[in-house]
Amino acid sequence: MRDSLTGTGTLVRLALRRTRFALLWWFLGITVLYPVQALALEATYPTQADLDRLAASVGGNPALLAMAGPDYALDTIGGQTAWQTSAFGAILAGLMSTFLVVRLTRAGEESGQDELLRADVTGRAATSAAALVVTTAMNVALVVAVALLLIACGLPGAGSWALALALGCAGLVFMGFALVFCQVSSTTRGAWGMSGAVIALAYLLRAVGDVGNGVLSWFSPIGWGQQMRAYADERWWPALLSLGVASALVVLARVLFERRDFGAGLRQARRGPAARTWRGGAYELAWRLQRPTVIGWLIGLAVGGLAYGSIGDDVGDLVGDGDLSGVLTGGETGGQALIDGFYASAILLLAIGAAAFGVASTLRVRAEEASGRLEPLLATALSRRSALGGHVLVAVAASTLGTALAGFATGLMNGWVSGDYGQVWALTGAGLSYAPAIWVMIGVTVALVGLVPRLASLAWLAIAYAAVVMFFGPLLDFPSWVEDVSPFSHPALVPLEDLSLPPLLWLTAVAAALAVAGFLGFRRRDVQG
Amino acid sequence: MCSVELVTDAIEITGLRKSFGTTQALDGLDLTVTTGEVHGFLGPNGAGKSTTIRVLLGLLRHDGGTVRLLGGDPWSEATALHRRLAYVPGDVTLWPNLSGGEVIDLLGRLRGGIDPDRRDDLVERFKLDPTKRGRAYSKGNRQKVALVAGLAAHTELLLLDEPTSGLDPLMDEVFREAVQEVRDQGRTVLLSSHILSEVEALCDRVTIIREGRTVESGTLAEMRHLTRTSVDVTTARPVEDLDDLLGIHDLVVDADHRRARFEVDTVRIGDTLAHLGAFGITALTSTPPTLEELFLRHYGDAVDDRDEEPVA
Repeated sequence: MRDSLTGTGTLVRLALRRTRFALLWWFLGITVLYPVQALALEATYPTQADLDRLAASVGGNPALLAMAGPDYALDTIGGQTAWQTSAFGAILAGLMSTFLVVRLTRAGEESGQDELLRADVTGRAATSAAALVVTTAMNVALVVAVALLLIACGLPGAGSWALALALGCAGLVFMGFALVFCQVSSTTRGAWGMSGAVIALAYLLRAVGDVGNGVLSWFSPIGWGQQMRAYADERWWPALLSLGVASALVVLARVLFERRDFGAGLRQARRGPAARTWRGGAYELAWRLQRPTVIGWLIGLAVGGLAYGSIGDDVGDLVGDGDLSGVLTGGETGGQALIDGFYASAILLLAIGAAAFGVASTLRVRAEEASGRLEPLLATALSRRSALGGHVLVAVAASTLGTALAGFATGLMNGWVSGDYGQVWALTGAGLSYAPAIWVMIGVTVALVGLVPRLASLAWLAIAYAAVVMFFGPLLDFPSWVEDVSPFSHPALVPLEDLSLPPLLWLTAVAAALAVAGFLGFRRRDVQG
Repeated sequence: MCSVELVTDAIEITGLRKSFGTTQALDGLDLTVTTGEVHGFLGPNGAGKSTTIRVLLGLLRHDGGTVRLLGGDPWSEATALHRRLAYVPGDVTLWPNLSGGEVIDLLGRLRGGIDPDRRDDLVERFKLDPTKRGRAYSKGNRQKVALVAGLAAHTELLLLDEPTSGLDPLMDEVFREAVQEVRDQGRTVLLSSHILSEVEALCDRVTIIREGRTVESGTLAEMRHLTRTSVDVTTARPVEDLDDLLGIHDLVVDADHRRARFEVDTVRIGDTLAHLGAFGITALTSTPPTLEELFLRHYGDAVDDRDEEPVA
């Protein structure tokens, strides 16, 4: 055991050196979220009377329960801060942990850098151990920084530590998952796919649980943190549950690690066909390369839709409790408006998920270029337009199908639990109505790939921006231009509002303009490694 | 149109310049490849060989100079020109999930078709298993995938960028045969390589570049002529005045002055032999410079220049 860890210290320093800027940005991005939220709430709701009104209007709103989490002590700044940040923060911590673990373990194995290190005087498990040390340290740093910042904002100490711990615990659990998936999959892409799916599933489980009877929330690492009830009579033991699961996952990863070969996953590589006709040319190639990812995302979006659809009955029960109003329903207070508001926001969330897929899918062409695989293709009669176009077509088609499928699945499941299938096509259409907004996100990505390829991954910031506007916009009263920048703020909230065509048309025009700029840029620039 | 192309050189580059940020990768490079020849393209690591080939492929846009490829502009007519050429990179990255056979067919298909017989023949000769997936191939086998894809194409020009890196000697031989077949068919090859024996065996003409500039270009015979020949001579009578002759270098004479070893500028070899003849030559070996010596001489100069240059 000792032997296999030789050199861990050196590798930790190497890891810190390699990821220092990423560490800095993750740290700032996540820690800033919490105090900013607390301060914004204090500014927007300065008196206790304001807070009471807020609590009365948003408490028990199914859309917000599903989006944010269980509502405790909503009439306090602390309770509101915890409610609004805990799910989003846990997702960010999960993405950060996944990023670090994948980058520091599987990515090096895949590219061959690790071979040099392993041939040196380092233990077999030293690379993984170093990744765990760095990721754990980063999560601990987040806990301390967030807790101290919240206390500095004037919030109670116990609640601040509970909220910060919930964040760090989620980060550690997802770190464990990421490390397990880095053993299972032989590719970075695969490890990211599985980790992302687990984070999304954790979010969905607690959404269904929080709106319903709460049981499913206990199957979610995000739910465990929220069950610590920060600022509302804190419970500490769910933190132990998280730490236990995280440790168990690390042990599992270690067992799997010992059973696989260097560079391999758990599955043996299969043989492939000796020939292929490739009638579809570059378009067939793009589809062939992206097929597994497309299928994975479509399943994910369908499962998301089914999950939200299954809440249908519970939403009705909640609405029966009465005296709810305002947020996310355009000021309407009727029961049906609340139900429609719930579905409108569920569809919006799933559409942003489909947009994230569109961005990932479009960025594939940049990954192909950077890896050098595009070069031999462009040395054939393949035009640059088709080289880019193949991947963009897959991105557009699959994400459009994805958002429609998410709406369809929501309606289908809703029909199954309620016995009324009347909403299926309306919800499918609602999903589809976000397609132009998704195309804008793809357009932004194409423009980045064509004009500033080295910064292409900044397209993810556009997705993060849309997500922030969706998560925090309803309660924080952002200036209208802040919301307007997100393309997802423009389509009507179907089924709550009636479908409106003009925004869809001009969003499509914006997407097309961005794409044209990207294609022209891609044709004019050097191919860059 | 056809008749014009027949008299045009396959590749004409003059004064080519390309910079990446502050790095000047190509700084006035000249390269002419005549239709139907196998042209060696030599230079130390980082001299700009791959950059030149990328410019020829229209992957990079050049900053200055003129470039003509098969009578066309490699940037604006890239797609049309690429139907007429095949390219084999030196560092082949494959898709982890595609089999070697799929990649060969993909590249052939995108170029506009592949000759299945030629493909199968090459797969067999290179002993390539086309059913393995990209990530399962070793470096040499990845190289074979690209070679089969390139050599199976019936194009008038082949651009080969260090195509044999990672191949074992048996496969090197297969490669040489295949290139000779290509030459016999009257097609043109630009071969960038570090394997000098390969270049000597295959190439009609050679261009040597250094730091983005052409330092030497011509047939091997011409280039040899410009350099020195090693001579080892034994004479009946003691040789005199050898060190007074022009063009003699690194002279070593035995104590009895009847055996001498030296290098002589190849243009002076006639004068030198005439001088030696007067002393009655009993044995003589003269070794023409190998390409390796030519190569080292050019790069060696670079090192010397560097040492002498004051730091700017």
